Amino acid sequence: MNNDVHALRHILKSYRTIAVVGLSAEWHRPSFFAAKYMQSHGYKIVPVNPRYAGHMILGEVCYASLLDIAHPIDMVDVFRRTEDVLPIAEQAVQIGARCLWQQLGVNNFQADALVREANMHSVTHRCVKIEHARLFGGLNWVGVNTGIISARRPA
Amino acid sequence: MSDRKFHPETLAIHAGQIPDAATGARALPIYQTSSFVFDSAEHAASLFNLQTFGNVYSRLSNPTVAVLEERVAALEGGRAGVASASGMAAETMALMTILQAGDHVVAAGALYGGSVTMLAVSLQKFGIDTSFVDATQPEAFAAAMRPNTRAVFAESLGNPSMVVLDIAAVAAVAHAHGVPLIVDNTVPSPMLCNPLAMGADVVVHSATKYLGGHGTTLGGLVVEGGKFPWDNGKFPGMTEPSKGYHGVKFYETFGDFGFTMRCRMESLRVFGAALSPMSAWQILQGVETLPLRMTKHCDNALGVAQFLQNDPRVAWVNYPGLPDHPQHDLLMRQMRGASGLLAFGVKGGLSQGVKFIESAQFMSHLVNIGDTRTLISHPASTTHRQLDDAQQLAAGVPPDMVRISVGLENVDDILWDIDQALAAAQ
Repeated sequence: MNNDVHALRHILKSYRTIAVVGLSAEWHRPSFFAAKYMQSHGYKIVPVNPRYAGHMILGEVCYASLLDIAHPIDMVDVFRRTEDVLPIAEQAVQIGARCLWQQLGVNNFQADALVREANMHSVTHRCVKIEHARLFGGLNWVGVNTGIISARRPA
Repeated sequence: MSDRKFHPETLAIHAGQIPDAATGARALPIYQTSSFVFDSAEHAASLFNLQTFGNVYSRLSNPTVAVLEERVAALEGGRAGVASASGMAAETMALMTILQAGDHVVAAGALYGGSVTMLAVSLQKFGIDTSFVDATQPEAFAAAMRPNTRAVFAESLGNPSMVVLDIAAVAAVAHAHGVPLIVDNTVPSPMLCNPLAMGADVVVHSATKYLGGHGTTLGGLVVEGGKFPWDNGKFPGMTEPSKGYHGVKFYETFGDFGFTMRCRMESLRVFGAALSPMSAWQILQGVETLPLRMTKHCDNALGVAQFLQNDPRVAWVNYPGLPDHPQHDLLMRQMRGASGLLAFGVKGGLSQGVKFIESAQFMSHLVNIGDTRTLISHPASTTHRQLDDAQQLAAGVPPDMVRISVGLENVDDILWDIDQALAAAQ
């Protein structure tokens, strides 16, 4: 996995189109929190959730599966149980995504190994919103130990 | 490339503060503002929903205060922190975030007097009961647990009892009952002791003491370790939609800093004991030199303890840094020093002790600890005055106790002042 600061910074700077698998349409769910945050920071969000297929979430069309998306996806962000991640990882490889990101509490080692074998980046057991705010500013405002020690401005 | 694990001396200077995004200022700017503008109504809504991180109002968060929060969290090896207007406010917030009427606390008997009063009187008014136990006996904590116990509270190093808490053993007792151990780590400071690494779940500090170190500024901190399983069924307020913050599920949404976010949004925001940005800045000036100061406080205190131990005018000395202290081995296992605090009794009892205090030349008679200056006090008539005789003894405060917070003056000068005050007390 690529959970260190250097790799995370590269991933979040390079990959701007994010398919969010398991995105909820309910505003108080963590997946909605994270996707809304990423969208407001300039990322294109592509909702993936069979429950809302064909409907709009956060102003974007929701797809039933990663395989239904017609345009390129940089990163697949997974809000699903650990045991359900492997097929999603296989699809992520299939559609040519560059990174598989397993959210906080999601930690499928087989999926991690599979995507790294495919020369993709892999992040496990991390929240994309929290990591973005940790590296690029925001999380420090709520007293979280970001681990960032630097003599450069946030960028 | 794996991330470097920086040492405490580096964290004390850098953690939480990189150059200012707007100006490049290297030292910490003081954001002395009550409020922060919204970019749009949508931005405002996102902030209030906690969907984006940002500042709204300085009672909730402030960029200067946040640096102190992160720095102390880093020094403690914690996940996140929240600052407060005083140490008592920090303790109140830590407890009120998880407790409600009908709950029960198991607490060390040997606590700072204000903490005893909070638990025994103030929280009691709100239907929260506390059992006080002998802090040197982990099994006493176990024996006091009830089905409705929701927290264990103790000091890592008791003020002024100097009782050393067996943190790992008491954490194991708390965890066996599915409740967190909250430790007041004020006396050792994060430089000498890190309770979270030994199993504690939440640490509280009076930053007024060693963290600030200069005796000018009140402040407190709550730091969360990030490992407690708040979804174990005993803390529905952590897992169910918040009534205090429009339906947010704090543990699900914020994970290992869910307690801190709940503390911020339900306790700090509502009870309002926020730390001012100016105070946070002043405390941070002290934190930068904390590693250097704690070494010197420990050295000077050991010198004072050895002097008192060998002086025929002294009845007893209580400093766990002395090798013959009954808890010395435990202290050495858990801490990198015994701090600058110690207690002793002058032969002859209370009246001689009072005379000693009144005869000091530069040692200050006041009720603070952790200052650059050497401070002396008589706990039974001051910090622990609200407690009855039995409570005072349970708190480790005999009537003849003199407390010294050994400062950073030259140790020979401190010994000179002690010597002449002892002579005057005869």
